[in-house]
Amino acid sequence: MHLNETISSGFFFLAPWLVFAPVTGLLINLIFGRQFSEKVIGTVASLASGAAFVVSVLLAYSVSINHGEMVSVPLAEWIHIGTLQLDWTFRVDSLSTTMMLVVSGVGTLIHIYAIGYMHEDVRFKNDEGRFNRFFIFLNLFIAAMMILVSGDSFMMLFVGWEGVGLCSFLLIGFWYEMDTLGRSSWANSNAAKKAFIVNRVGDFGFLIAGFLMFWYLGSFQFDAVFAAAPAVAESAPWVIVAITLFMLVGVAGKSAQIPLYIWLPDAMAGPTPVSALIHAATMVTAGVYLVARSAPLYTLVPQAQYIVAMVGAGTALFAATIAVGQYDIKKVLAYSTISQLGYMIAAVGMGAYVAGMFHLIAHAFFKALLFLSAGSVILGLERGHHAHAHHVSHVDHGKKKKEGKKKEEERGHNEEHGEAFDPGDMRNMGGMRKTMPLTFWLYLIGALALAGIFPLVGFWSKDEILLDASLHYTSVYWQLTIAAFFTAFYMGRQIWMVFFGEPRHAAAAHAQESPKVITVPLMILAGLSVLGGALNLPFEGFHNLGHWLGYTLGEVESLPLDLKVASISTALALLAILISWLIYGRNTLRAGQPDPLKRPLGFIFTGMENKWFVDEGYFAVIVNPFKKISQFLADVIDGRFWHDFVHDTVILGTYNWLSEIALDRYADQKGIDAFANWLGDATQSISATMRKVQNGFVRSYALAVMLGVVLILGYLIFK
Amino acid sequence: MVPVDYYILLSAVLFTLGALGVLIRRNPLIIFMSIELMLNAGNLAFVAFANMYKSFSGQIFVFFVIAVAAAEVAVGLALIVEIFKTRKNINIDEMNSLKG
Amino acid sequence: MTSELIVFLVLSLVAVSSALGMLFSRNAVYSALFLVLNFVTVAVFYLLLGAPFIAMSQITVYAGAIMVLFLFVIMLLGAESLAPAKTLPWQRPLAILLAVILAVESIYLVFARARSDAFVAAPDVAVNSMDNLREMAMILFNQFLLPFEVTSVLLLVAMVGAIVLTKQVKGEQR
Repeated sequence: MHLNETISSGFFFLAPWLVFAPVTGLLINLIFGRQFSEKVIGTVASLASGAAFVVSVLLAYSVSINHGEMVSVPLAEWIHIGTLQLDWTFRVDSLSTTMMLVVSGVGTLIHIYAIGYMHEDVRFKNDEGRFNRFFIFLNLFIAAMMILVSGDSFMMLFVGWEGVGLCSFLLIGFWYEMDTLGRSSWANSNAAKKAFIVNRVGDFGFLIAGFLMFWYLGSFQFDAVFAAAPAVAESAPWVIVAITLFMLVGVAGKSAQIPLYIWLPDAMAGPTPVSALIHAATMVTAGVYLVARSAPLYTLVPQAQYIVAMVGAGTALFAATIAVGQYDIKKVLAYSTISQLGYMIAAVGMGAYVAGMFHLIAHAFFKALLFLSAGSVILGLERGHHAHAHHVSHVDHGKKKKEGKKKEEERGHNEEHGEAFDPGDMRNMGGMRKTMPLTFWLYLIGALALAGIFPLVGFWSKDEILLDASLHYTSVYWQLTIAAFFTAFYMGRQIWMVFFGEPRHAAAAHAQESPKVITVPLMILAGLSVLGGALNLPFEGFHNLGHWLGYTLGEVESLPLDLKVASISTALALLAILISWLIYGRNTLRAGQPDPLKRPLGFIFTGMENKWFVDEGYFAVIVNPFKKISQFLADVIDGRFWHDFVHDTVILGTYNWLSEIALDRYADQKGIDAFANWLGDATQSISATMRKVQNGFVRSYALAVMLGVVLILGYLIFK
Repeated sequence: MVPVDYYILLSAVLFTLGALGVLIRRNPLIIFMSIELMLNAGNLAFVAFANMYKSFSGQIFVFFVIAVAAAEVAVGLALIVEIFKTRKNINIDEMNSLKG
Repeated sequence: MTSELIVFLVLSLVAVSSALGMLFSRNAVYSALFLVLNFVTVAVFYLLLGAPFIAMSQITVYAGAIMVLFLFVIMLLGAESLAPAKTLPWQRPLAILLAVILAVESIYLVFARARSDAFVAAPDVAVNSMDNLREMAMILFNQFLLPFEVTSVLLLVAMVGAIVLTKQVKGEQR
């Protein structure tokens, strides 16, 4: 194909390379990784991801010159059974290319970052052989995510959906035999299992939605489903409601919404690049993409839309309150992620797909930035800790018990575990703007973007959602606005606690800045966080993203800037930052001092600190009864009834009785044994008789021969 | 004109006498001679049939039988000589060490 | 009663009596001599049956070579006669009974079942010519070449065997 021709008609034929490129990278590392140095491994993986990004850019260019026409690129036949005709087809339109760009772009930056991060992580954890494995998993994730966003049917999307779930499981449990502090424990693998199992609940909902879809709409292919939906919505609206709500269960699982968000905070057990890539920027937004992709279905049923919006808004507010009470730097960001995902879900629930996708992109930028900066901070503390080689003096457990519960709570979980140093605990930090200045500025940009401060990207995207909410559902609007207040507050709290004041731990005082391979991707992300708002400014002629997504989603409303909404949210954010300064910034925390919010808020803060006891609630309502039932089934039903009674007593006993009495005593001893013994005895006695024939006289033998001849001749005569 | 049957009859009688010799004599040399007599009886029948069917095959077979008999006698007599050398006796009834 | 039949009957009488003589002679040397007489008689039968080559082979190989060997061994071992038998007292009557039955059976079979009308043709001049011998040689060395060669190997093996059996191993005590 000639280049000019290609440029004019588009690069759609490249679509399969979205998946092939990362798969190639992972195969190279899988086969040759043992021979490669860390640099080569990282370069191969990053190039594979970068190739996917280049392909995404070319595809986006192709879509734009094609005036947004959707193009499907068939690759292979997949499942052809009866009326089910599923092909492996890539769908290239403005919505999918947007996701491809985000996934591969942010993914590539995180690959590069991870070269530096994992280089140190594998050394802190004393297993350098796992460096290669990490990049294989990362490339596998990119491939699965590309399948997810480029699939042309719900089933192909589901393959990617499960693929990213698998990668998430593998990467959360990357250090599966230890906990986040590197001690021997099953904590990390338990977190991985939790993520996988909770996601399974969501996938169950997705599957039910898929079955309903095939049963009533007759296909999995997007266009076919959307074409069939309006007629079904006329005759049986509950079908569409059921499909969309079951799909919401899947979305809640993957995108960490109430009630299935509980896996995401535990998922922070994975290495920080994983938290940034999978659990903040890309995978968890798959649910948002799914709702946006299924927009024609959701538009048909406003009731379902309302439920989706309420779930999103509730999650946004609920998670934001929990983030206020967290001490772990990554846990704060995790709850923040849940909260921001709530914004997106609420937006797509309200039908504001452009706003939702815009916030998805913006969030991918600034949350990746925040997570990676947090990783930089953690690495800096690790370096400081190792450089100082000083351990917190061990506090005797027995003595501490006597000092009472209050003291133990004040000490927090760091010393509760003895001598282990937790580089993720914000109470160990403080004053790090001096030791890690570059990271501080990058983190500050990310935090302000998240808080929604003008003119960073978060301001524009969050404002668009709030504006849409104010026009659709007032309750959603207020929930989101309050959540925005909490967002700014917990980010302010984090900034003050981590970067200001005096170091509360020797490691923080000796922290060192990270190398370029880590900071350069951060700078790029910071730049995107600052300038990303230009994607979709709320002014006439600047609705670039809205126009772009309009190709796929149809005519979308492009709202002008509403000064009232914008000023309320900005004022609340500034107020929250001010309050956080009053509480955490003016009088900075000292080592061992309890959180200043604890006294005024009392049990409310205890609730925030303990995540409103949701995990405990799940344990009390679901997990423990489930375990009890399992215990009962295993012990009583299986153990005592099936094993002890049915198997041992009835079957084994009967068998023993039968074999002993019937078979051994009668059939064996009196039958087979008797026959065999008789055979031996008979042989002996017969041969004892017969040996007399062998008398040694050759003439007798000759006589016998003669007798034989006579008899045979006689037989011949008398025959 | 002699019928061929007479020759066959003579052959049968000579064969029976040979067999009788094998059974009643204890001297292995005489047993051997009886065996030669039986072979001769067989040869006679062969030649008679060859005459009857006007075919040379019977005569050829007799030729082979004579050759085999010569070989057999050579080995057999050697054995008898060897046995006599070790046992100083050739009574066949005393050679019964393989009795059961 | 043709002359041929008379000759046949006389010769058969000689053959049977010499066989009986061989059987019942006390002395093994006499047995051997009776057997020589028997072989010669059979050779005459061969001539009557038109097989001069076989007859000559019978005289030279059997009556000549083999029987001389027999006599030689008998005299070498001094085994002319053995002590009277004490073992197997029932062997002799039983053997004679079986032999009689066998003879009766054979005669019955020959006359009752396998009776043929063929007569032995009187040997003519052609039988005693070289053509007859040449024809037999043609058959022997064409159709029966392989058995002939195998026979030669058999004779070789028998010769080697006889030598090995009777060979005095050096230094071995008798």
